[in-house]
Amino acid sequence: MIKPLRWLKQGLAIWRKDLRIEFRTRYTYSALVMFAITTLVTVSFSIGGFVTDTDITAALLWIILFFSAMAGLARTFVAEEETGTATALKMAAQPEPVLLGKYLFNVTILLSLTVLVVPLFIMMLNLSIALPLAFVAAVVLGSLGLAGASTILAAIVAKAGAKSSLMTVLAFPVLLPLLFAAISATRAALGGGLAADVTADLLMLFFYNGVALAASLLLFEYVWNE
Amino acid sequence: MLNQVVVKNLSKAYQRRKLFTDVSLTIPDNSVLVVLGPNGAGKTTFLRILCGLTPATSGQVDIMINGQILTAGQRRAQLGLVTPELELYGELSAVENLEFFAGVRELPFSRQQARELLAFVGLKGRGHDFLKTYSSGMKQRIKYAYALLHQPHILVLDEPTSNLDEAGVALVDTIIRQQKERGIVIMATNEPGEVAYGDQTFTLA
Amino acid sequence: MFWQIILGIWMVGVIIASFLYMPATQGLGETGRILIYHVPSAWIAVLAYLMAMVNSLGYLRQGDLRWDRQAQVNAELGTIFCILATVTGAIWSRGAWGQYWNWDPRQTSITVLLMIYAAYFVLRSAIPDADRRARLAAVYAILAFLTVPFLVFIVPRVYVSLHPDLINLENRSFDMDRKMLVVFLSSLLGFTGLYAWMYKVQMRLENLLYAIDMKRGE
Repeated sequence: MIKPLRWLKQGLAIWRKDLRIEFRTRYTYSALVMFAITTLVTVSFSIGGFVTDTDITAALLWIILFFSAMAGLARTFVAEEETGTATALKMAAQPEPVLLGKYLFNVTILLSLTVLVVPLFIMMLNLSIALPLAFVAAVVLGSLGLAGASTILAAIVAKAGAKSSLMTVLAFPVLLPLLFAAISATRAALGGGLAADVTADLLMLFFYNGVALAASLLLFEYVWNE
Repeated sequence: MLNQVVVKNLSKAYQRRKLFTDVSLTIPDNSVLVVLGPNGAGKTTFLRILCGLTPATSGQVDIMINGQILTAGQRRAQLGLVTPELELYGELSAVENLEFFAGVRELPFSRQQARELLAFVGLKGRGHDFLKTYSSGMKQRIKYAYALLHQPHILVLDEPTSNLDEAGVALVDTIIRQQKERGIVIMATNEPGEVAYGDQTFTLA
Repeated sequence: MFWQIILGIWMVGVIIASFLYMPATQGLGETGRILIYHVPSAWIAVLAYLMAMVNSLGYLRQGDLRWDRQAQVNAELGTIFCILATVTGAIWSRGAWGQYWNWDPRQTSITVLLMIYAAYFVLRSAIPDADRRARLAAVYAILAFLTVPFLVFIVPRVYVSLHPDLINLENRSFDMDRKMLVVFLSSLLGFTGLYAWMYKVQMRLENLLYAIDMKRGE
């Protein structure tokens, strides 16, 4: 069997393991959801339900998603390092499947967060969406990129002793282009700006995802192995 | 020799502190190497380097199976490790842990096989309990199941009998004898009773 | 020692020329003189980052801590010049557009660069072990570098730029006075020399510190 397929197969085993543990503890998901809901309610409460400026609503959505991701996504690697299971995993698996498994796990968590938070966001801020398809694409591609770039950074943070604010500090400059593009696409999908720009933004989100995943796969062994 | 572990001029230093320098030894098939030395001498680090978990400062370790020097990827299939710093997943049951590691190693897995392995390490009937409910002795036993799951050629043991009762010590005795029949055992210990297993001993100063 | 003296005289010459020899720029007036310092600073900030990235790649390939020290020194110098570029840019912006800060694409880009440098040092300071620090910092430097092309593409789409372009693409010519161009290029050369010299000094210091560290362990 060719290598990437084997990586994927082993990665799926890790993904299933992480999901199983997550179902039992709900540690990561509850951290993300609690963060997202509190910020969302605060935002909605303080600016009221009638914001027509798409510049602001698009930015707010991604600020909420970004900081929610930062609040929880480092957990996957930090838990492995802290409990000593990382050694057991290292003895059994190559680096690439580990990254793939953790990436899939973070993607799953973040997408299930958006499924909950984005409809709430639309309701609480009374948004109307001009381009529904583009909106969904922007949210999905943006979340994929958030989870993708965060995964290897989470591994770095876990190795650096899991200092609490480190994740946000490291992720922000790396994720900025993604956030800019996601905000720009979301704004256009909400009816602000030119609809023609959406394609370019979505294309950029797509390429960002590709580059982030490829670079993570190439660089991960330097982070994971001592 | 078709199967052996060859350590060549191995040195390890942590920044400015040198742990050991120029260690060279050969571990032939069907033998036990015992690594001795006071606390902090670098026994654990030495074993970690053998397993490829920590890079050496200089020198190398060659693991030969059937006359071939193994690559980093192939090593994983031939090494089993039990050490106090290694833990299995507390949120999973013993069977689920074994199922996961079999999945990652792409081994066929059956509940029957897991039950047999668990019975062998003395955890009969406890296979569906979460590991976080295990006592430290039981945790040590499940680590042996984890290390033997893929029938490795080389078993690496750090403080093999820590936390174990008498029956557990007897189990470790059986495991070491069986592994010696099948391949190689490398262990680090300070227990006088365990030093006797060694076909050769090596002392880290 | 010889070329350091030359460099000193050269830079003094550039400073004097930027105020006396060079005419005030068209459109930008007297404030335009800051360009002689602002653009070379930004150039060094980018160049040093590029070098730090190359050093990081070198470290990952060879595992020699010397590469890591080079990456660190480049990042330190890059940070200094990045701050200089940001501050001179803000002053110029105030003079030319009446605002210190307006999230012009260039300002956004230099801020992101500054944040990457800051994150790089925060990461380094969080890891006590030298090998681990070198490895993780190198991976981070490379990851951050890969996102820069995206930034170049996305930022101008989000914000409209007021920043003057030095190269006029339509006319395929430099929008610069001849005298000014001479001073500008001299300054660029001087700054690059300054960077090379600072790099050499700082590298010597880091190598000595490392040697002392190793000696103490024996």
